Amino acid sequence: MSESVKTTKRFRIRNMSLLVTALLFIGLFTAGSVAYDRFLSLSTFCNLLNDGSYMMIASIGITFVLLTGGIDISISSTIAFTCVFSAFLLRSGVPAGAVIPLVLLIGLLFGALMGFMIHSYRLQPFIVTLAGQFFMRGLCAVISTESIPITDDFYKKMALNKIAFAGAKIYYYVLIAAAVLLGAMFVLKFTRFGRTVYAVGGNELSASLMGLPVGRTKVAVYAISGFCAALAGVVFSFYTLAGYSLQNVGLEMDAISSAVIGGTLLTGGVGTVIGTTVGVMIQGVIQTIVTYQNLNTWWTKVFSAALLCLFIVIQRILAGRSEKIKDGKLEKSA
Amino acid sequence: MEKIKKLSKYQGFWPVVVLLAILLINGIVSGGAFFEIKIVDAHLYGRLIDILRNGSKLMLLATGMTFVLATGGTDISVGSVMAISGAVACSVVDGRVLPGAGQSVQTAILLALLGGMLCGAWNGFLVSKVKIQPIVATMILMVAGRGIAQLITDGKIVTVNSDAYYFINGGYILGFPFPLFIVLFVVALALLFTKRTAFGLFLESTGCNPVASHFAGINVNSVKWMVYTFCGVTAAVAGLIESAGIKGADCNNAGLFMELDAILAVAIGGTSLSGGRFSVPASLAGALIIQSITTSVYAMGVAPEITAVVKAIIVICICLFQSAEFKDKMRKRFSGHKQERTAKPA
Repeated sequence: MSESVKTTKRFRIRNMSLLVTALLFIGLFTAGSVAYDRFLSLSTFCNLLNDGSYMMIASIGITFVLLTGGIDISISSTIAFTCVFSAFLLRSGVPAGAVIPLVLLIGLLFGALMGFMIHSYRLQPFIVTLAGQFFMRGLCAVISTESIPITDDFYKKMALNKIAFAGAKIYYYVLIAAAVLLGAMFVLKFTRFGRTVYAVGGNELSASLMGLPVGRTKVAVYAISGFCAALAGVVFSFYTLAGYSLQNVGLEMDAISSAVIGGTLLTGGVGTVIGTTVGVMIQGVIQTIVTYQNLNTWWTKVFSAALLCLFIVIQRILAGRSEKIKDGKLEKSA
Repeated sequence: MEKIKKLSKYQGFWPVVVLLAILLINGIVSGGAFFEIKIVDAHLYGRLIDILRNGSKLMLLATGMTFVLATGGTDISVGSVMAISGAVACSVVDGRVLPGAGQSVQTAILLALLGGMLCGAWNGFLVSKVKIQPIVATMILMVAGRGIAQLITDGKIVTVNSDAYYFINGGYILGFPFPLFIVLFVVALALLFTKRTAFGLFLESTGCNPVASHFAGINVNSVKWMVYTFCGVTAAVAGLIESAGIKGADCNNAGLFMELDAILAVAIGGTSLSGGRFSVPASLAGALIIQSITTSVYAMGVAPEITAVVKAIIVICICLFQSAEFKDKMRKRFSGHKQERTAKPA
């Protein structure tokens, strides 16, 4: 096999999942447009962005962790904590300009702390972030078990103001999600840190033998995930204008499945944030179709699970193929 | 001293010590009221009995989960399987599904167990045949499970009115609550299989190195398949106890977060999440630790919301004490960098 053929094959495998994901999104959107009047419109598309922006931010954050082969299941509680804590602070009269940086910093530090424990003491990411989940959820409930409304002017402005174009409207916070997406794409594609993330996920041992800063990178991805979760929490509080301690229970699994649908391998090393974003939109389309069809919401769960299953099997086949290609060049390590 | 040193080598040693410490602290704080056991109508009542009864679901899940974790896998669908089993059982007892069965409790239980078995077998199929990463494979059922349960009950909370069914959670035999006997039965079965047959060895071997085990002639796939199926059945039993306790099937809340508690219980018990070493009794101690933390937080009159925070802190402490790196660092700090680095466990 010549070098160029091998490269194109690799290229195909790397982009296959993304292609399948994109096609599926278009397919679902087309199916919806064929089946229902008024489905095909820019505003349907924009609503996907409006309703999914906090989810996108959180999923992009978790993608970093998944790329290194770790897992973070604390993000839904971090989102809930951010909402409750900022609602609580705003109610006590702290200005929004101080609240938002503070909650973002808390998210960042909390993520970094979990990353530190995972790396330094070789604890299981699953257990540490699980403890983190309990911790944050508990703190939420300690602050308030009741829903706290947000009446701050800045939050209200963000919640209500829209940008209108071509008959459709998007909220300001969609721009935040877009900025996060662009930032994440840039970091992963063009920076040394981004390449280290992929290298650590590909094979942690080789990465550390190559002299890459594995520890720093692992701490950083959890910090990024925590930061993104906090940012998602801020956006979510724009979205709902309230803080409630039981918000978003189970969101981390939706975020992980978005990443998986978007082509991220949970073993690490393969995946893109743009795929994750499309994954979030696919789940949004399913939700919309379920709403149009007037089905009960639990059908959404069954549909997403079936879809998840399909994607995982496709991934499995692709992974099997890429292993074979690798085998052609070097012996696969066990 | 020597004896204690030898004892502390057992996997279950530290979990049991922690459990006893928690109970002791409770006893001291409550001034002995915590240990009181009353006998009313030849039934035992008291905080300790409460812990055993309420912890029975977690103990069952932990038993199944121990095996799954021992093979190096995870099963995060157990909460959903509990919801499915409760939905099946309650729908049959209620007569809305299979009216021909005449609302028979036996049929309901059998069908629920069969449902759990099917769920477990599905997970096992994905893990062992399709070779999907366990956490991802079981995530499918975790997402779909509650949806399926709601399809069975038509999205309603099915309440049942059957004393025979209530007995599963509230019944007493010889003064002890009935769920305890279920746990004893399942655990005895599990121990019999792992200690008296070669299955336990296969399990450890599969968890340590599946490739090597395969070459050694162990049918790794069927071991995994069996383990996930067993885990599904234990989840179904736990679901029966739960639904009998609340006298109905609540698809949204039945077994919510139980999968996480179950994994925690096993992790506290010292079973490595990457597979290999496992101990069912240690996991049971872990389950009882979690249950007694919950019960004691209530008993101390602290706001129940704090349970989660307390749980998180205790879990992290236990995990830190099990971490070789952490122990090393602490030892260095306290003995002035003199101690040699101990060998890391694989």
